[in-house]
Amino acid sequence: MSSAKTKTNPVNKLKLTGVHKSFGSNHVLNGVDIAVEPGKSLVVIGGSGSGKSVMLKSVLGIVQPDQGSITVDGQETVGLGPKDRDAVMRKFGMLFQGAALFDSMKVWENVSFGLMQGRGMDKRSAHEIAIEKITAVGLKPEVGDLYPAEISGGMQKRVGLARAIATSPEIIFFDEPTTGLDPIMSDVINDLIVKSVKELGATALSITHDMASARKIADHIAMIYEGRIIWHGPVDDLDHSGNEYVDQFIHGRADGPITRRTA
Amino acid sequence: MAAKLENFPDHKDSQKSGGPVGFIFNFFQAVGGAILGFFQKIGHLTDFALRSVAHCFMPPTFFKQILRQLVDIGYYSLPVVGMTALFTGMVLALQSYTGMTRFNAESAIAGVVVLSVTRELAPVLAGLMVAGRVGAAIAAEIGTMRVTEQIDALTTLSVNPFKYLVVPRIIAGTLTLPILVLIGDIIGVFGGYAVAVYKLDFSAGSYISQTWDILETMDVVSGLVKAAAFGFIVTVLGCYHGYNSQRGAQGVGAATTNAVVSASIMILIFNYIITQIFFS
Repeated sequence: MSSAKTKTNPVNKLKLTGVHKSFGSNHVLNGVDIAVEPGKSLVVIGGSGSGKSVMLKSVLGIVQPDQGSITVDGQETVGLGPKDRDAVMRKFGMLFQGAALFDSMKVWENVSFGLMQGRGMDKRSAHEIAIEKITAVGLKPEVGDLYPAEISGGMQKRVGLARAIATSPEIIFFDEPTTGLDPIMSDVINDLIVKSVKELGATALSITHDMASARKIADHIAMIYEGRIIWHGPVDDLDHSGNEYVDQFIHGRADGPITRRTA
Repeated sequence: MAAKLENFPDHKDSQKSGGPVGFIFNFFQAVGGAILGFFQKIGHLTDFALRSVAHCFMPPTFFKQILRQLVDIGYYSLPVVGMTALFTGMVLALQSYTGMTRFNAESAIAGVVVLSVTRELAPVLAGLMVAGRVGAAIAAEIGTMRVTEQIDALTTLSVNPFKYLVVPRIIAGTLTLPILVLIGDIIGVFGGYAVAVYKLDFSAGSYISQTWDILETMDVVSGLVKAAAFGFIVTVLGCYHGYNSQRGAQGVGAATTNAVVSASIMILIFNYIITQIFFS
């Protein structure tokens, strides 16, 4: 494992080097190497069980990698103490697959939670910012006074996005942002993601297996397979990657190297 | 351990053969695995409890959350604890009367009621009732937050889930259960008094004076110490099982059951230990 505070290429906002993670005998990550440049949007595609979520949770510090290095702005984050970890977390925003809204709180309280509890902002200012962000994701301000259980899945995703951008993070993570939504709502969420990331000038790391979403929000795409990045390139190169695994995945073919290996 | 055992060729052979050696090997492997798993869980729980206590004394403190839990755990448990104490005191007076009359020792009823209620029945029954009401609710709420990624969301919003979810519940449980038990003591003794005076025709004045004469400060204090310990046990186990909940709805259900069962057993064990410390 790399030593703390290792300086790496300053061009990379986020960099993973040789990240390994196992749960018992199940080796989920087998040396993930990936980097995201500042202000760019990287989408990691891959099938179920390929290690996407564990990779994301490793970056967020929710899962501790067994081996490897994860740097944010050149600072090593693996093995950080609570104080240093807290400073890194303040750079992050996250949209969860199921939105993960706090169901005991109103929508505006969800959006302003990071501002009030995480950063000690007063209630009035936090409420103002929350309503501004709720409006920014295309919802009416009145939605702020509803509880998450009173709004639709698509609206919950928008609220989740509003919460992710409320603290103006430098890096935003999107975990399967369009899963469970109809095609139109998926496109609306994709547009909002692109708009929000551009307005904030943020760096984005998304994981998805929705190719329409990936093509829309990505500057670069990487494919993870069996816990390793097997292809990485600009989104325009995706259709002529020359990688048969990528070809099978993006075209959703039942026959190909992925199914042959798992059969 | 299983992985290591698989490296022994003899073990693999004996498993395949299915003979008596294989059976014995499998038996000891299962027993050993269960014992190791048990101690692993004890270690995990102890680590969780110690970390919880440490976080209680480290900033930041979420006072609003503590206040909310004081109301949820303390105030809303008052009816169930009060009713339990009232009827326990009443039944105790009745049962004591039927037993004591055989030895012409009716005058001891007031003492039996007040000592039983303050030393044992109020803290233990309040602890068990709170384990059922509060322990289950804590495990279900935190467990649901775990499986719907709300706890992960707290982390990404720079809020320590331990401080925000676990610490307020533990502080509230440890502080409010002694207050509940003190109220339960008064209600339980009153229940015994009501039955003795209004049903068994005891003199109100002599019943009260007998109660006061036999009651010592240590009787009440020991009950309150037990209550604080039980409050800690119920909330720690509720938080522990909820926090480590897995596998969706089934996992949350299992966490809820485990929280109540383990808290109830621990209350009975610690009741004996604390009684031994105070009265041996």
